[in-house]
Amino acid sequence: MNRVAITGAGTINALAHDVPGTLAAFREGRCGITELDIRDKDRLAIQIGGQVHHWNPEAHFNRQQIALYDKFTQFTLLAARQAVDQAGLNFDGHLGYDSGVVLGTAGGGVNTWDDNYRAVYEEGKNRVHPFVVPKLMNNAAASHVSMEFNLRGPSYTVATACASSNHAMGMAFHMVRSGMCRAILTGGSESMLCFGGIKAWEGLRVMSKDACRPFSLNRNGMVQGEGAGVFVFEDYEHARKRGAEILAEVVGFAMTSDASDIVMPSKQGAARAIAGALRDAHLNPEDVGYINAHGTGTAVNDKTECAAVADVFGHHADRLMISSTKSMHGHLIGGTGAVELLACIMALRDGVIAPTIGYEEPDPECALDVVPNAAREARVDVALSNAFAFGGLNAVIALRRV
Amino acid sequence: MADSVKDRVIAIIAEQAVLDVDDVSPDSTLDSLGIDSLGLVESIFAIEEAFDISVPFNANDPGQSEFDISTVASIVAAVEKLIAEQRA
Repeated sequence: MNRVAITGAGTINALAHDVPGTLAAFREGRCGITELDIRDKDRLAIQIGGQVHHWNPEAHFNRQQIALYDKFTQFTLLAARQAVDQAGLNFDGHLGYDSGVVLGTAGGGVNTWDDNYRAVYEEGKNRVHPFVVPKLMNNAAASHVSMEFNLRGPSYTVATACASSNHAMGMAFHMVRSGMCRAILTGGSESMLCFGGIKAWEGLRVMSKDACRPFSLNRNGMVQGEGAGVFVFEDYEHARKRGAEILAEVVGFAMTSDASDIVMPSKQGAARAIAGALRDAHLNPEDVGYINAHGTGTAVNDKTECAAVADVFGHHADRLMISSTKSMHGHLIGGTGAVELLACIMALRDGVIAPTIGYEEPDPECALDVVPNAAREARVDVALSNAFAFGGLNAVIALRRV
Repeated sequence: MADSVKDRVIAIIAEQAVLDVDDVSPDSTLDSLGIDSLGLVESIFAIEEAFDISVPFNANDPGQSEFDISTVASIVAAVEKLIAEQRA
């Protein structure tokens, strides 16, 4: 089995349009959740989101590309360019045949669906733009990444709601570890902050109207975000031989299914995924210093997740740190695990733990060290990233410091 | 009018609980009727649609919402109050 290195990272999210800006925001504990700026906001009960502001696609893409790229694809391509730049890889030769793309998204081109339903239903138009289907399809982002970088190996998109990115990165890990591929561009993106995308979430009545406060007793729900995170997962020896800078090593991954309820999470399902990732990585619970929590800020997720962590780690649960950066960038749904992996890399490389901001009151059912409100310096050797999706699909990834 | 609100709310809750309306009494709790959190959210949606009102309810903390869901009678009273407020 081959070892797997992360040699490049890119992102755009509510905190910044790149990795350094995002990590700076994590260190400062800055909140990127703002008043929404979208069409028909007055008809929404939810007025806030982790929205990407100052987004100017014309600065990155030409007119023909913009006609073909939904916002989730635009975000993905921007993040992928950053990741490939950092990795310093060129896929034009043989490497391109040994490399692919595995990305997560829950909704794909939601803005494209929204705009075109509006055109045909609300405005009564009987004709839509010829590119509606290639724009909205869930695999559009993965396909455009493959085209932009000449990646000719396996490419596909994973849709497992809020665990999409973690499932995608887990698959990329398996594909590089097994020797199927030399490098995979992986991560995910989401762009659901439009009238229909928010209205659908309002229906479930799990959204906060004021802030995302994971683990805080007075938390009152999740806040949606948008953006992308893309990484280069590369064969470790390949990276080492070419002298690439290795950001972290991917050492384990596990996925489980609750097989119980379409929206309510299960402690056992989450715990089995966490324990499975440790087993896959040949790690002991005591090796883990930091967990980037799923931490949505809903009553149910946070207490279930804390109970699962307590079960798996026993006494060590009180010594490790667990934080939810969703408090800063919101819940990017299918893209969330990708942006959150950046907090794990920051913990391992820089020894800085991103905080859980908006934390106001301890909850006895979430009695772990949630790194409240301010970032903390600490040496961490192993970090986990949790993702637990609606539908009871859980995916946990383990990274180690290099 | 009061009876009609009560009857319609009971009909909505009975349908959600897959029970006969006669098996739903004012002092029944949703728990005792076997309505879970998803069923509750669905019942509230049905109430909003039936009475053309907006119900302030956050599933994260049903107990803290202004909308009292402790019994069928409390739901009926809350709906009547919302109708009076929102149709005024």
